[in-house]
Amino acid sequence: MASPLKCDLCTKPATVHLTQIVNNKVHKVDLCEACAQAKGVTDPSGFSLADLLLKASLTPEATVAEGLRCEHCGFTQTDFKKHGRFGCPHCYDTFKGMIEPMLDNMHKGTTHTGKVPHKALDRKLLTDRLSKLEGNLDDAIKSERYEDAARFRDEIHQVKQTFGQKLTS
Amino acid sequence: MTLASLLATPSELTDTASSKCAIVLMTRIRLARNLAGKSFPGWAKEKERNAILAACRDAVSATTQMKRSVSTTVDDLSDLEKQILVERHLISRELSGAKSGAGVIISKDQAFSVMINEEDHLRIQTMRAGFQLKKTWNAINDLDSALEDKLDYAFSPTLGYLTACPTNLGTGMRASAMMHLPALVISSQMEKVVRAVNQLGMVVRGLFGEGSDASGSIFQISNQTTLGESEEDIIKRLGSVLNSIIEHEVNARARLMENEASKLSDKIGRAYGILQNCHLLSSGEAMNLLSLVRLGIDLGMFPDDSRGVIDRLFIEAQPGHIQHTTKHDLESNERDTLRAEKLRTEFASFSKPNFSHNSQN
Repeated sequence: MASPLKCDLCTKPATVHLTQIVNNKVHKVDLCEACAQAKGVTDPSGFSLADLLLKASLTPEATVAEGLRCEHCGFTQTDFKKHGRFGCPHCYDTFKGMIEPMLDNMHKGTTHTGKVPHKALDRKLLTDRLSKLEGNLDDAIKSERYEDAARFRDEIHQVKQTFGQKLTS
Repeated sequence: MTLASLLATPSELTDTASSKCAIVLMTRIRLARNLAGKSFPGWAKEKERNAILAACRDAVSATTQMKRSVSTTVDDLSDLEKQILVERHLISRELSGAKSGAGVIISKDQAFSVMINEEDHLRIQTMRAGFQLKKTWNAINDLDSALEDKLDYAFSPTLGYLTACPTNLGTGMRASAMMHLPALVISSQMEKVVRAVNQLGMVVRGLFGEGSDASGSIFQISNQTTLGESEEDIIKRLGSVLNSIIEHEVNARARLMENEASKLSDKIGRAYGILQNCHLLSSGEAMNLLSLVRLGIDLGMFPDDSRGVIDRLFIEAQPGHIQHTTKHDLESNERDTLRAEKLRTEFASFSKPNFSHNSQN
């Protein structure tokens, strides 16, 4: 191994290596633990995220995402850079290209393997289906397609029955 | 149940006297959950926040775990009440400073608390005294499943539970243990431990979370990552890290007793003396003295059943709890007087230390 880097402020071995981009110029700083702490570089809450964002903003996908706006809540990428939080669950679709490279650095994996809220998901599937069928029924009645309407009505009845069972189970 | 009667009851955490593993004071797990299709609390407009608060309060209050609970909004809490709840780890500092439209529901035994419109719509939390990761997970898993019956969670099959901050994605789970590590602190090994624990993907924080100091040699150790691993795997990994920290603390204690027995007895004896006779005591000093006496209990210098008293005093010596014992507003030095008075009274009847097993060396 090469000889360890020395701290830029004192002469102890450097363990914290910081890269900052200011005005498109790369600045590299190597610090020992004590100096890094004194300069507030190791503050875990403020720093790690900024670092991760920095990495994310270097990837080409992120440049494409610039100017994107979540159609559900109006949140923009600039807002994320400012707050470090998203606007709504839908933002994860909107800013997918920006988030994916971040997750690699942030987590152990990039795919969820834990608990799944099966009941809530089933319920959502059924409500979505129900509202679609109700729309179809309305359309069918308006355009006087009564045979279709009867079919949709029966289907709605069936879905509601399963829905009732799911809710009570 | 009212908030006043809740505050008059000692915290869930003060019951570690029976705990087999004294080094872990408490186990805590929290889950971050959000409602599908709704803006996260930090971005939602006030009207939406209030609607979310109302919907979540109804759903949470209806669960069996919260049958007899206190439900309140942040606006209805006084500054002192907020501080006391923070000191008991029932709400976060962030919630106590939240905009309007935030609230909390706390179970009667103070083991469950659900914060609404903190960073996420729901922050579900369970605490258990002692080292009880599995039990705590089962308890919170049940409450979460009960809530899932009533609320539509924001969930993605690939990213898991969707949270305001991407660092909580996936399981949305932070499992943590509050550990008492005086020997590692005395023998200056804590920095080394923190570095090793960080390398294993776990985080070490002070008593009151991010940015707080570790007064009383109390640390919180928790998982850092939430995505790519199941809840059970995270808990298993945390459990083995905790076990190895316990082992290091036990070894550090043994080494101190072997090499520096009189120095250690001196520290503990002095702490006991100060607690019995002090007239001015800051909360930081109180924590450090109580920590030494607690170490003395673990080393057999005081009876085992006095550990519960210390764990209760860890919380009751906090500024909010001291202020709560009196009606008029206290200045900080008046608080130190009152704290000293409280601890003098408690320690007047505390059994004397028995150093006999040291003098044999």
